[in-house]
Amino acid sequence: MAKTESASNITTVRAGFIPLVDCAVLVVAREKGFAEAHGIDLQLFKEVSWANIRDRVNVGQFDVAHMLAGMPIAANMGIGHIKVPMIAPMALGAGGNAITLSYGLYEALAQSGLDLLAPLASGDALRAVIERRRVQGLEPLTFGMVFPFSNHNYQLRYWMAAAGIDPDFDVRLVVIPPPFMVQSLQAGQIDGFCVGEPWNTLAAKKGVGKVLLSGSSVWPDGPEKVLGMQESWAQNNPDVLAALLRALDQAARWADDHAHHAELAGILARAEYLDVPERHIALALEGDLRFCTAASCDHALWLYAQMVRWGQTLLLPSGEQAACCTYRPDLLADALGKNHVQPQIPNVRPLDGVVFDPADVAGYIAAESIKCRNFEQKK
Amino acid sequence: MGSDLKILVIDEDPVRAAILKDGLSDAGHVRVEWITDTANLLVRIAALDPDVVLIDLENPNRDVLEQMFQVSRAVKRPIAMFVDQSDSAMITASVDAGVSAYIVDGLKKERIKSILDMTISRFNAFSRLQRELDDAKSQLQERKVIDRAKGILMRQKGISEDEAYALLRRNAMNQKKKIAEIAASVVTAADLLS
Repeated sequence: MAKTESASNITTVRAGFIPLVDCAVLVVAREKGFAEAHGIDLQLFKEVSWANIRDRVNVGQFDVAHMLAGMPIAANMGIGHIKVPMIAPMALGAGGNAITLSYGLYEALAQSGLDLLAPLASGDALRAVIERRRVQGLEPLTFGMVFPFSNHNYQLRYWMAAAGIDPDFDVRLVVIPPPFMVQSLQAGQIDGFCVGEPWNTLAAKKGVGKVLLSGSSVWPDGPEKVLGMQESWAQNNPDVLAALLRALDQAARWADDHAHHAELAGILARAEYLDVPERHIALALEGDLRFCTAASCDHALWLYAQMVRWGQTLLLPSGEQAACCTYRPDLLADALGKNHVQPQIPNVRPLDGVVFDPADVAGYIAAESIKCRNFEQKK
Repeated sequence: MGSDLKILVIDEDPVRAAILKDGLSDAGHVRVEWITDTANLLVRIAALDPDVVLIDLENPNRDVLEQMFQVSRAVKRPIAMFVDQSDSAMITASVDAGVSAYIVDGLKKERIKSILDMTISRFNAFSRLQRELDDAKSQLQERKVIDRAKGILMRQKGISEDEAYALLRRNAMNQKKKIAEIAASVVTAADLLS
């Protein structure tokens, strides 16, 4: 209604999102008026696949989008698709992932008597099950994740490799769209999965699976989703981008406040957003998910190291450069000015004991014993 | 002309799939498979071993196909996106049309271009058809509302059908609205007052 009167002061920004709890920052910016207060009519478009998100950003149908942390890095390097200069000035969330197993597999792990809450011990228990199945001549276990450049893929691989499991040979990893994850587990097509909320909570509530570990318990802390966009859009619309970043930063702070979680769950539950029961979203919000978080060059290099480790790309100085330049916290800092508060990142000891030095990606990969098997040839 | 290529169409819409299959067979492609139910998709694609996969953008299983870009044990032959850096017009056209193509790596581009052009035009034709159908449905709906409004006016004002229509039309012109909108308000008012 006020739209026509102040049309000249309002800029439309089209944003794509996938219905997951961590699309909340975009939704809150629109629904709680943060975007409008900064002169932005934030139009949100629900998408069904990450590939669609990527393609619609590539052709300019979306100005910005909710992206998996690895997606803009892959786009910048042209891995898996055409090369499109992409940047991510801010993170949209961290945490919120979990590894869930079918009841059958969970029981098999529990028989080891190991403490399954400890990631290394549960990994050992899984390795024992895998070895037993191999002796029995059974099919390898199958795990679902959501996209080749997702933290889910890297988290599963990282956790398994830390326990001596080769994720390319000892198990099968398959991509399954998040909304199909629970039914795939129920139908026995997969034995476990790593996915974002609310799907782990839903699997547990429906009695289909058992949540084994949170993603953050196996994984050095970093962004899970970022705000991705074409570099050219950012360059052509610096003022709009700055206003958008200010609005999203306020939205992230609002969403992180526990006092707002009941309201947030109600908004996200709506049909145009997640379209799942409010109580499941409320439960998911009680977990380790945080909306206000950092996306730095070091985080991008860490993800790049995972891509190299698992053979998605080669280790090249140009690749390190491209990864580092993808995350642009400087744009966020400029937009926020003196209001910029760097979020505290907890320093977690790496599960596999290999400390990551962003200045030495090659050294990190060399120190990891399990990696893509044709790594040497790929060099 | 390329009839030896095995083409897999993944589409839950039977009408659109039929339109596409029809176009492909007209172009001499006889080896066309069609999947609607996407359970265990990767395994089934590996078994079918297609040269070209066409999938609509409304299908969440597009992300499953993305995995085939990766050289892995899961797929016999790595799949690539047809389009490369030089094909941005083609990418835009296919995203606009709502379809995406995945091609087995190494296949000659010229052999694929006609398939993709045809797929895009059939998808666009389907959207046009659907729009026309929606328009026809809403026109029918509008006519029903106008007929009801005419009936109400005839009864209440004791006027003829032509006069009732003229009255609706005059009001629509005065208010710069569609006749159907005026008719709808007459019907709503009558419902409220009855």
